[in-house]
Amino acid sequence: MKLRNSIRQGHFDSMDFGPYLLLATLEGAVQAAVLALTALGLSLVFGVMRVVNVAHGEFFMLGAVLAWWISSLLTGTPLFGFLAALIFAPLIVGGLAAVADRLILKRLKYDPEATIVATIGLLYIIQQGALTLYGPDARPVAAPFDFRVSFPWFGYSGYKISVILTCMVMLLGVWALLTRTRIGLIMRATQYDRETAQAFGIPVARVYTGVFAFGAMLAAVAAVLIVPTQQAYYLMGLDPLLLSFIVVIIGGLGSLKGTVLAAVVIGLSDGIITIFFDPTLAKILSTILVAMILVFRPTGLFGTATR
Amino acid sequence: MTEQKTNSTKTKHFTRRDTLKTLGAAAGLAAGSHLMPLSGRYAQAQSSEPIRIGFQAHRTGIGASYGRWYERTTMAAAQLINDAGGINGRPIEIVTEDDGTDPKRGAEVVEKFAIQHKTDIVFGTLFSHVVIGSAPRAGELKIPYFVVSEGHHVASGKLNRYVLQPGITDVKSQVQSMAPWVGSNLGKKVTMIYPDFAFGHDHRDYFSAAIAAQGGEVIEKIAIPPTEQSFFKYFPRIPKETEVLYHVMVGPGVLTFVKELGEFFGSDRPQIFGFIDSLEAVDLANPGLEALEGTYFWEGFPRYAQNDGANPHDAFYREKVGVDANGASLSDPKDISTYAHMFGCWETLYIIKQGMEAADYKGPADRAKLIEAVESFTDFPEGPEHPQGAKIFNGQTHQVFGIQNISQVTDGKLKVVHRTSIEDSLYEPEVDYTKMAF
Amino acid sequence: MSGIFNKALMVHLGLIVVLLALHFILPAYHHVSLARIMVLAVYALGFNLLFGYTGLLSLGHALFFAAGLYGAGLSMQFFQWTAGPGFVFGLFCAIAVATLIGMLALRTVGVSFMIVTMMFAQVGYLLILYYNEYTRGDEGFVILRELRVLGPLDLSAEDIRYLVALALLAAAILIKLALVRSPTGRILIAIRENEERTRMLGYDPFRYKLMAMVISGAFAGAAGAAYGILFGYVGASFASIQYSILPLLYVLMGGAGVVLGPLLGTIAMFYLIDIASGMTSAYLFFVGLALVFLILVAPKGLLGTVRERWAPWLP
Repeated sequence: MKLRNSIRQGHFDSMDFGPYLLLATLEGAVQAAVLALTALGLSLVFGVMRVVNVAHGEFFMLGAVLAWWISSLLTGTPLFGFLAALIFAPLIVGGLAAVADRLILKRLKYDPEATIVATIGLLYIIQQGALTLYGPDARPVAAPFDFRVSFPWFGYSGYKISVILTCMVMLLGVWALLTRTRIGLIMRATQYDRETAQAFGIPVARVYTGVFAFGAMLAAVAAVLIVPTQQAYYLMGLDPLLLSFIVVIIGGLGSLKGTVLAAVVIGLSDGIITIFFDPTLAKILSTILVAMILVFRPTGLFGTATR
Repeated sequence: MTEQKTNSTKTKHFTRRDTLKTLGAAAGLAAGSHLMPLSGRYAQAQSSEPIRIGFQAHRTGIGASYGRWYERTTMAAAQLINDAGGINGRPIEIVTEDDGTDPKRGAEVVEKFAIQHKTDIVFGTLFSHVVIGSAPRAGELKIPYFVVSEGHHVASGKLNRYVLQPGITDVKSQVQSMAPWVGSNLGKKVTMIYPDFAFGHDHRDYFSAAIAAQGGEVIEKIAIPPTEQSFFKYFPRIPKETEVLYHVMVGPGVLTFVKELGEFFGSDRPQIFGFIDSLEAVDLANPGLEALEGTYFWEGFPRYAQNDGANPHDAFYREKVGVDANGASLSDPKDISTYAHMFGCWETLYIIKQGMEAADYKGPADRAKLIEAVESFTDFPEGPEHPQGAKIFNGQTHQVFGIQNISQVTDGKLKVVHRTSIEDSLYEPEVDYTKMAF
Repeated sequence: MSGIFNKALMVHLGLIVVLLALHFILPAYHHVSLARIMVLAVYALGFNLLFGYTGLLSLGHALFFAAGLYGAGLSMQFFQWTAGPGFVFGLFCAIAVATLIGMLALRTVGVSFMIVTMMFAQVGYLLILYYNEYTRGDEGFVILRELRVLGPLDLSAEDIRYLVALALLAAAILIKLALVRSPTGRILIAIRENEERTRMLGYDPFRYKLMAMVISGAFAGAAGAAYGILFGYVGASFASIQYSILPLLYVLMGGAGVVLGPLLGTIAMFYLIDIASGMTSAYLFFVGLALVFLILVAPKGLLGTVRERWAPWLP
């Protein structure tokens, strides 16, 4: 008991509103950053191909599980294993997605309803594959580096702050790819009008495969980045899937800017509303808030039309 | 099909011919059934074959890490029982079906056991919502349902006469027996963090009452919503005057939870007491868990071999289930068991054996006799059949009571610092199932 | 025209007779399973009305199922009501919730509608957890067996359960058949095909879509209430997103926009899981493969493909 009292005299005092807000904002920013990257992948697939990819969350999960696998194969510093995971996990996931596109989605002619069933099937296949090969346990992946950033009121993971920065760099990269390169032009052309693009000699089938693989890779990258702060688990795909859908629609279909902004709104509101309400009530309120944005602005924040 | 579905532990061959016979019988039943009155299809013939035990397993879904070890423990105990001659001279056969850790599928699986597999009993469920979802069907189909769930649902009186929990203690008695030690050794002002699930609410309610009886107080209750991936933002709610932080988490987020707890407090922390549920199947050597050093945990059965003579049958049990002295699989030191809970499967199976022997169980017609036999039991002595320790059974509430352990993380391992007495965990009965009709 | 309609009516009545006949000849296990399948099929039939006929994809139907389930379960638990009033109250709750959600969500279209309904359903799920004092949260509660009676009928008895489930399904099939063959049903289909044109013809699409939503929600609520009453358990897992996706899966497998498609889809999914899980513990893998394979072979769903190739008269 004496020990306890002496500890309480230490620097950890009550959490005032200001520091709490800072903490909730940081947490919200981490969530927003990762969500933006994941949702961007879904948004591309959705926007260009008109495919509701129910298995998108499973690609996220695969990224995390592969990160565990790759980093556990490599001995040495965690940094080395993590970098290997950051390169190879998305490549493997992208390859799988490309195969799935060629074998299944292409044959369904990207019919919106049939692809829902097919991607639900894919979800089961990937989930069971992970359960059988990886197991039901949650496993950690060591962060490439870690230091505790000591604020006057609480400590915070330095790695988490680096995740925010990395995601921002990646998002800028994707933005440059879509708006400044020929690949981006082709993708946008296909999204805008598939038939015309085909008539102008754009290999639409290959673009579709590429987009599907790229979308999956973005989810995998996001997962590799976040998994050192969480754990790899075979059922972890559902939440990113649902949140990504919300972000994509709120942001407005096909709007990169909107997707990122929506991720920030949702990440931060989830973090900050927590300050004021009982946790579950906070989740209820933030969900209603976001739903109401859509009800009264049905095309999302930046969208022109959702079809 | 049947060969793979049934994890037969008996040495007798279970051949395709048996399968064909079963299929033939089913076909005959189908063909002839329109002549029979409807109820005839739900009646079961007596059998001189093996005693069939339907094992409702969490092979998929959120319970899968537990389910895997429940299955291993069950198979080990079944093997031992069969090696020693089975039950009433008949071998036992474990028939496993996955319930997906889902109440709807759980109820379907109970139907499948009772009607299609024609098992004698159903056994082995852990997650409370699956137990509660399946229990009405077990009662209606009149098949004894032995759960290993640690929920208070059985003893609360909400279920029916066919549901029993004789092999594992319930959360009410666990929590209540912890409170005196927590109050007198760690502190009286407690903040609780628990999942916003019924399981968490049981902890909240029973612990609040029990610590109040010790002159303590729960000063803040933080219920974490399900599917939460990150817990950090909830920690500022912990009041500064908190002396003890009481945590109980389940599911995949537990690793993040304890890691973030360490990150948040650093070296400057209150006393921390948790239920091992927060860390079942998780390796204490994981990066980020160093912060747990010096904190305390409830354990049903201590994960690390204690070598202090308190559990003389632990070594035998460990070896048979295939667990090393650190609570990990003998074949993979990174594969951590759910040691604190899974002993319940072992002990329950031995109680089923004891009950069937006492009732001179011959077949499904003796199911009511089996339940009456188990209801008449009052205590189970410590031994190879009850390696976790001696138990007291209350036939009225269908619930068992036992010793609980409090362990401290010392050098990265859990070391038992206190054992409760069985009496600490007893409470007034809330139901008398023996007065209910079969 | 009327000849074709009569043929359709005969098929549906015939199916109900077959299900009644199965009551007397099915082996016990399939008998209990079919009772459950029929209740879930009512849920899927209602989903099909909104999705298959009106063209609105909701990902939040578990909310309506749960409204029926909890409406019945809670009223029976707290007021000691028996099955009859419990069912009616559950149905009423589902209709009320569907009306409210419909008025909000129908302001949106397409994918926004999908997401908004999903989020409202998530709110419903969290509310069940939040009010755990009454609902017991995720763990749920058992409905007392003494209350699960309808007049002299004990609904927990296997044979009565089957017949009650069949009666509910028969009512659902006939109501839906009548509806889709009525002028209203044709307006719903017209909205699916071209909402703008329907509007120009002088119909108010919002009114018709709201009606479809409420009827669809009522089907879901009836299924939920019946499920709780017949199987004795009420729990939050039925309100989770998985249970919103299930009817979509049933409908797409069986055939969207075909009256009987959802029933066939429900049967197919149940046995797919039941049989695959009997063969291997990695059964979800094969369930997934089967779904992919089925949809490759029959992209319009089982009955949808049948209608396309052989029976264009199927409603």
